[in-house]
Amino acid sequence: MICDDCKKRDAVVHMTKMIHGYKEELHLCDVCAKARESSEVVNEFSIPSFLTSILDANFNSNLKANYNAIIQCNHCGTTYNKFKESGRLGCDECHQVFKEKLNPLLRRIHGNSKHVGKVPKRTGGAIHLKRKVSQLKQKLQEAIAEEAFEKAVNYRDEIRALEEEINKG
Amino acid sequence: MAKWLNEAGPEADIVISSRIRVARNLDGFPFPHMLNEEVGKDIMNKVYSAVIEGNETLINNFELVEMKHVDKVNRLNYVEKHIISPAMARNTTTGSLLINEDESIAILINEEDHIRIQCLLPGFQLENSWNLADKIDDLIEEKIKYAFDENLGYLTSCPTNLGTGIRASIMMHLPALNITGHINSILHASSQIGIAVRGIYGEGSEFLGNIFQVSNQVTLGITEEEILKNLTNVGMQIIQKERFIRASLLKEKKIDIEDKVYRSFGILKNARRINLTEAMKLISDVKLGVVLGLIEEASLEKLNQLMAMIQLGFLQKHYKAELTEEDRDIKRAEIIRMNI
Repeated sequence: MICDDCKKRDAVVHMTKMIHGYKEELHLCDVCAKARESSEVVNEFSIPSFLTSILDANFNSNLKANYNAIIQCNHCGTTYNKFKESGRLGCDECHQVFKEKLNPLLRRIHGNSKHVGKVPKRTGGAIHLKRKVSQLKQKLQEAIAEEAFEKAVNYRDEIRALEEEINKG
Repeated sequence: MAKWLNEAGPEADIVISSRIRVARNLDGFPFPHMLNEEVGKDIMNKVYSAVIEGNETLINNFELVEMKHVDKVNRLNYVEKHIISPAMARNTTTGSLLINEDESIAILINEEDHIRIQCLLPGFQLENSWNLADKIDDLIEEKIKYAFDENLGYLTSCPTNLGTGIRASIMMHLPALNITGHINSILHASSQIGIAVRGIYGEGSEFLGNIFQVSNQVTLGITEEEILKNLTNVGMQIIQKERFIRASLLKEKKIDIEDKVYRSFGILKNARRINLTEAMKLISDVKLGVVLGLIEEASLEKLNQLMAMIQLGFLQKHYKAELTEEDRDIKRAEIIRMNI
């Protein structure tokens, strides 16, 4: 389902509004839902909103509880609130759906949010190449700093070749 | 009997076992807690055939154990051998286990993640455990597409396992550090560098039997090699400190240590009724006595086994009956007298 506002991203928030007896359904992506909330809700200071868990620490909204109840993974149906209760995500897609909310948590647990370890052979071919490119880029910078230009040229050529390979898929 | 209980490995005076656990999930399937029985079974079959059909001599003699076909006593027994988690023991709908003969390799299916590869070896041998787990991981991946993201690594049900999906741990016997209270500074320091130290048996701060588990907390943004290296370094430092304090205790408080060790040995050899807490404490004393050369009649392997054998599941399995609280203490004392 596509977001009613931006018509681009996938809708992950599903709302039903009753206005003067008329029912209005609204399907929004993460970004547009937040934008709507900040324009529709009067800002009010409240202690509970201060005390919500670290998961929501970076999330500037007053409709938090309602919003969280309905932010949902389309693939397995897990809601953000359910994740908060159980600490378990429902499927691999959840990692994308709740990404923005999970990132601060990951940095808190791991001090980091970028994988550098083992990569599966089956899906990881391009990832191996990309990692190699970033290593070579670093070497290239070092070579330039040392004014070892012959080396630098070699690194540059290697990087170009690898980048072509990545683009070919 | 499990390999880690049957043999003494490197640094056996302190390290009982080393474990690597690798978490993996299948691409496109909901995580285990979202599965019904049918899909759970499908995943079990996929993993089973990937392992069995894979061309790897490691995989000889593997047995598939479905939790729903295992009775309560035996499930508890697996938990006490550190092969499955209590959560797995409760999952009698979709949970199953692929396990080799000496129980050093276990592949848990539909625990918290679809696949948990676990390698458990006696003594301090994290690298060997990892090499085994790594091979099995590659073997499964030949047939199964894993859930993987370039930035987040292997996708897991709980965010604490993302990235490498690796939990490495060593089980250590640290009586001298615990008696002298130095363990607290180790608990504090290790938590600062992403390593957790906790008691295995008992709850809260009682650290039954002076047995501790040291494990990595960080799995994302760090390579497998770094995880192992960090944990190995911390492990070595703890070993050195424990050995140093043991030696100085023996030098400065010889009579106190001897008295403690021989008394504990005497009680274990003669008691007719003993609860778990006391038994664990006394076996820990005797282990220390063996390492310090005070007691020659007992072996470390035997004492490690005994620590496992006096747990409830083992006792009930041995006597093939559910035991009342009173009976347990009597049977526990009996088992100890027969084995020490």
